[in-house]
Amino acid sequence: MDTALLVTQIVNGLQLGILLFLVASGLTLVFGILDFVNLAHGAYYMLGAFIGATLARWTGSWPLSVVLVLPLVAAIGAITERLVARPLYGRSHLAQVLATFGLILVIDAAAMLVWGVEGRVVELPAWLNGRVALPGGAELPVYRLVIIGTGLAVAAGLYVWVHHTRFGMLVRAAAANRDMAEALGVDTARLYSAVFALGAALAGLAGMLVAPLTEASLAMGLEIIIIALVVIIIGGVGSLKGAFVAAILAGLVDTLGRAWLDDLFKLAMSPEAAETAAPAVSAMSVYLLMALILALRPQGLFPPKTRGRR
Amino acid sequence: MFRKLLAATLVLGVSAAAVAAAEVKIGFVTTLTTPAAVIGRDMVDAAKLAVKHMGGKMAGLDVKLIVEDDGFRPDVGRQKTVKLVKQDGVDFLTGYIWSHVLLASRKPALDAGKFLISANAGPSPLAGRLCHENFFSASWQNDQVPMAMGEVLNQLGVKTLYVIAPNYAAGKNIVAGVTRTFKGRILGRDFTKWGKDAQLDFSAELAKAKASGAQALFAFYPGKAGGAFIKQYAQAGLEKSMKLFTVFTVDAISLPKFRKAGLKVVLGSRSTHFWSPDLDNPANRRFVADFRKEYGRYPSFYAAQAYDAINLIRAGVEGAKGDLKNKDAIRAAMKKADFGSVRGKFTYGNNHFPIQNFYLREVVEDPDGNWTSRIVRTVYRNHQDPYAKECPLK
Repeated sequence: MDTALLVTQIVNGLQLGILLFLVASGLTLVFGILDFVNLAHGAYYMLGAFIGATLARWTGSWPLSVVLVLPLVAAIGAITERLVARPLYGRSHLAQVLATFGLILVIDAAAMLVWGVEGRVVELPAWLNGRVALPGGAELPVYRLVIIGTGLAVAAGLYVWVHHTRFGMLVRAAAANRDMAEALGVDTARLYSAVFALGAALAGLAGMLVAPLTEASLAMGLEIIIIALVVIIIGGVGSLKGAFVAAILAGLVDTLGRAWLDDLFKLAMSPEAAETAAPAVSAMSVYLLMALILALRPQGLFPPKTRGRR
Repeated sequence: MFRKLLAATLVLGVSAAAVAAAEVKIGFVTTLTTPAAVIGRDMVDAAKLAVKHMGGKMAGLDVKLIVEDDGFRPDVGRQKTVKLVKQDGVDFLTGYIWSHVLLASRKPALDAGKFLISANAGPSPLAGRLCHENFFSASWQNDQVPMAMGEVLNQLGVKTLYVIAPNYAAGKNIVAGVTRTFKGRILGRDFTKWGKDAQLDFSAELAKAKASGAQALFAFYPGKAGGAFIKQYAQAGLEKSMKLFTVFTVDAISLPKFRKAGLKVVLGSRSTHFWSPDLDNPANRRFVADFRKEYGRYPSFYAAQAYDAINLIRAGVEGAKGDLKNKDAIRAAMKKADFGSVRGKFTYGNNHFPIQNFYLREVVEDPDGNWTSRIVRTVYRNHQDPYAKECPLK
């Protein structure tokens, strides 16, 4: 097999996995710590892309717009937390699903009014548009490596934050037992708001990063949310480590499936049948992975030891 | 009280039906949500312009356009078609961007005896064995545009090709089309996930295309996926080693976005089509000028087809002198294709698909700085789709 192609496809898979992780990490934090199902998480992803595209045009600098997007999307996350999520903490998941589904409709309609139906193309600065040669003859777009680097930095930051800072300790405490944390003087309402805003900002970052590859468009939130839910289920709901491993796994399975499944199928069937079957099966590959992992480990790969109030 | 209300409702209902008899009702099924809504908007705008150009009347009858959203889904498109047939009692059904939506909607429309006119999709079954006396295409058969592209590739001396297209009815037809006429070798073909959650990251497929060492890349990605595909093609640095040829991918919908984003890689890119905004005939000059005046942008080929579809219906209604019950007269008049089409003069084949010219177009900058398409040369004259002989209609 061609090494250069293999390396390229693995990097492509990693990059997809990293984007999934950025979305799934916020989702799993909110679900695991706040015990809140937020279907509208994809909306922050979309808003990140649109706001980023607009800011990039206004400021003329894409990196600057990335920095500006994060607090904006975090603020939107905090506002929606206060208006929609906070009244529903402790209520049934069905109520939360209904409310956040409504939130998706509201945010989508608002985005349609602001940005129209066309979507926005985001052009990268020249230094990000180039390519680098890797050992083995592979040549990769710089931007895909930038996405991987950003995602790994965020993953490391999250790990340090949750496990080695006072704030992270409070978050873990509130997740384990909210009443006890409150009794000890922790302002859990503010804490929850901060976690929610952080999750939104992470999704916004992912949307911002993906926009130069595809474009900012209305349905992008819905496109990512289902696969992000699959990722947190594979990883174990509430676990950041699980979300990371599962996202990378899902990215690799999806990309490698698209890359080689048709060749694999051609060994067993006619080329025409393989060409038809391969895309259908590779579109399902992530769900097949989920089914397999749930059959072996119903709690997901890394179920967290404490999971909020049940 | 209840009886009075019921009686009043009945009276209202009857009078509404009486009013309805004096108008031509056209059901227009297109996509108004999801990112593909830009296509639907262009088509609805063009259909409205067509109605406006005819003073809101066909053979003295008022024209009522009822627009429905298929949500980019065959099941929803079918539901909306049934609704238009049963609830609104439309006389004509048109619109239909997507082949899979049209195929799903075909039966409820034709079984109810309605005229079904595609304003975009041209799936092969409808041109062949599933052809129907009440179905007409105001566009083309899916295979034709890529067949013209295959011809262009031969003329350019391209020997090896890699093909990437979405995995649905039209994607299959388009690939079959280019395969039919391209004389070189096709080194690989990829079909990608399509629909509401379509695949938009083509890194794996582009890497395979590059590794195949083909001279040229052929792609078909309508709507937003087209922009994503071209950007990633440029980012992967394939411009030098592998020239890109597309159909239905670079159009008046994507070009303004590309221009805003400074994506110069599309300038000069070539594709084949049945129509272009610079096509020189009176109907097209008026259509393009008024569309630009009304909506401030160039019409896309989708818009041109929607405009033609409404004018085709008008030709049918006027041929029957406004008698909407006289289906035979309507059908005979439509089959003549005797109206000012924006594509110029064309005729209908036995399967009610146009026999028409196909052109090679390239992307240029107009004097105002807009990006648009211009005809380079004619590839096919009076070309008929390859499925017509499978159609039992005479």
